[in-house]
Amino acid sequence: MTAPAMATTLEHAPIRGRRPRGDRWSWLVEGYFRAHAWLVYLFLYAPIFFVIMFAFNSATVATADWEGFSFRWFPIALNDDVVQTTLANSFIIAIPNAILATAFGTMAALGLQRVGKRVRGTFDVLTYMSVIVPEIVIALATLIMFATSFDTLDKWFGIKLSLGYATVIAAHVLFNLSLVLLLVRARLDGMDRTFVEASADLFATPWRTFVQITFPQLLPAIVAGFLLSFTFSFDDYVITTFVSGPGSSTLPLFIFGQVKRGVTPETNAVATMMLGVTMLLLLVGQIILTWQARRAGRRSGGTLVEIVTER
Amino acid sequence: MTTLPATPPSTPRSARRRPALLTTFLILPAALWYAVLLVAPLVIVLVFSFGTRARNGGYAPGFVFDNYARAIQKSEPFVLSLEMAIFGTIGCLLVGLPLAYFIATRARRRKSLLILLLVIPFWTSFLIRTYAWLLILGPDLGLAGQLQRLTGADRIQILGTPIAVMIGLVYGYLPLMVFPLYVTLERMDRTLIEASKDLGAGRWATFRQITLPVALPGLVTGSILVFIPMMGEYVIPQILGYGRTYLMGNALVTDFLEARNWPQGSARAVFLIVIMVVTIAAYVWFVNRGRRTRDVSVL
Repeated sequence: MTAPAMATTLEHAPIRGRRPRGDRWSWLVEGYFRAHAWLVYLFLYAPIFFVIMFAFNSATVATADWEGFSFRWFPIALNDDVVQTTLANSFIIAIPNAILATAFGTMAALGLQRVGKRVRGTFDVLTYMSVIVPEIVIALATLIMFATSFDTLDKWFGIKLSLGYATVIAAHVLFNLSLVLLLVRARLDGMDRTFVEASADLFATPWRTFVQITFPQLLPAIVAGFLLSFTFSFDDYVITTFVSGPGSSTLPLFIFGQVKRGVTPETNAVATMMLGVTMLLLLVGQIILTWQARRAGRRSGGTLVEIVTER
Repeated sequence: MTTLPATPPSTPRSARRRPALLTTFLILPAALWYAVLLVAPLVIVLVFSFGTRARNGGYAPGFVFDNYARAIQKSEPFVLSLEMAIFGTIGCLLVGLPLAYFIATRARRRKSLLILLLVIPFWTSFLIRTYAWLLILGPDLGLAGQLQRLTGADRIQILGTPIAVMIGLVYGYLPLMVFPLYVTLERMDRTLIEASKDLGAGRWATFRQITLPVALPGLVTGSILVFIPMMGEYVIPQILGYGRTYLMGNALVTDFLEARNWPQGSARAVFLIVIMVVTIAAYVWFVNRGRRTRDVSVL
């Protein structure tokens, strides 16, 4: 999640020499690394694989034996009232969150280039704080902030507010705006400025320079930021569970409740669909970025991986 | 994405004449968000940590240090969290370092693919990836059941133990360790290794004297990135530990929501934040040693 702060472009990779000359044991070492990597990837993917597999189990209890392949849990899940409401809520929260976070984060990244060291320093501290303070602390602190201020508003002005969509969106935007800010700023830092200067030399207005030069170069980071924001919000449990009201609980909250009661094939079916949504987004993002990169006539700098692991 | 403001960008040349109004407009929403949803909650927590519990729960004003005293007295969750986070970080390192090295030494295309394969699980729901381990470690078809059958033991329980929580921690945070390690190793000048070998250094000496120092910044970054969230982890001990492995996250939730002792919870939260700030400060100091800040302004 915080990957942008720590990465590199593939373009800056050192020139690859041949691998260090082998000695007697190099095959063994190489073999070890290979086996290790395979095992880790197995370790990473096995759980996801099992969730998906058990979503197609016709058995009534997920952890019981495999009783044959069946699609029946998907319609059951989709017809579940709670699944329908929580799924709708997930979108109601994730979409505005992604829009706001992307807009505010991008704006801040652009604005921060125009401020003094002190403001930027303060912003940096806050940005990193919001990303790295454990989620549970932020969630609970935000909850008591909301509770206290709602109480005060009620007592002093008679305004009754309660936890709901707005509080969840507000809390999600905090984290995501920092994420977008970091991604866009990384892109700004790595940007080729000769075009901006050329554009100014050719008497383009600043606005035109922005639209034609800066914005297209930032677009990959903005798209990635939007998608990450959506995904974070769509998948988030900790913050949502504490700052949501009775009517605004989301799909992860439903899944958590199910998990606590015992995982059923329905849980797995819902989870599989959630995985499907996020994977689809990843794919859509990739397509947009590839298309944009091709239009801009660039060969690289387009893939999500490059953006996420970019400096 | 079309929500971008009408920003007249200025080239470095016009740097002196940047309109302040526009700048304010650009950073205002973010500043507002940080003020209301980050600074305010943290200040409230700090203030509350010196208060007392109101009779029917919540916060009553006061200035006492009882909450801190009690947080230190009943520090088991904190100590356990610290232990789990330290071992979890070491676990991530042991699993992640060879992997990062492996990826960094592949050909270019292979590298992108392997990184993509790391990003995908990281991109998917943490909650789902965590509960998936219930299926794997579980008693029936799962690992515990298989071990039971294999060894003929009476009852083998993995879920609900710290081991299950540890597996969940390493699993959940591994990519955060691998990314920075990969980046530093990938940038490493490979001729250094050849030089080291030419000079007669063995494999271990080369690793210790070349690879490790080069990978150190990534190693530190990765460790911080996994250590801090592990300290505050809540979902994993709830799901895989059945709430029995009682970590800081669980203690915080109990304080705030079950005991409704907000000052107590706040004091605990302050503890966690202090640990975090100290860690980060040390990290920033480490990173900024001898590095100049550069001012790259595109707009």
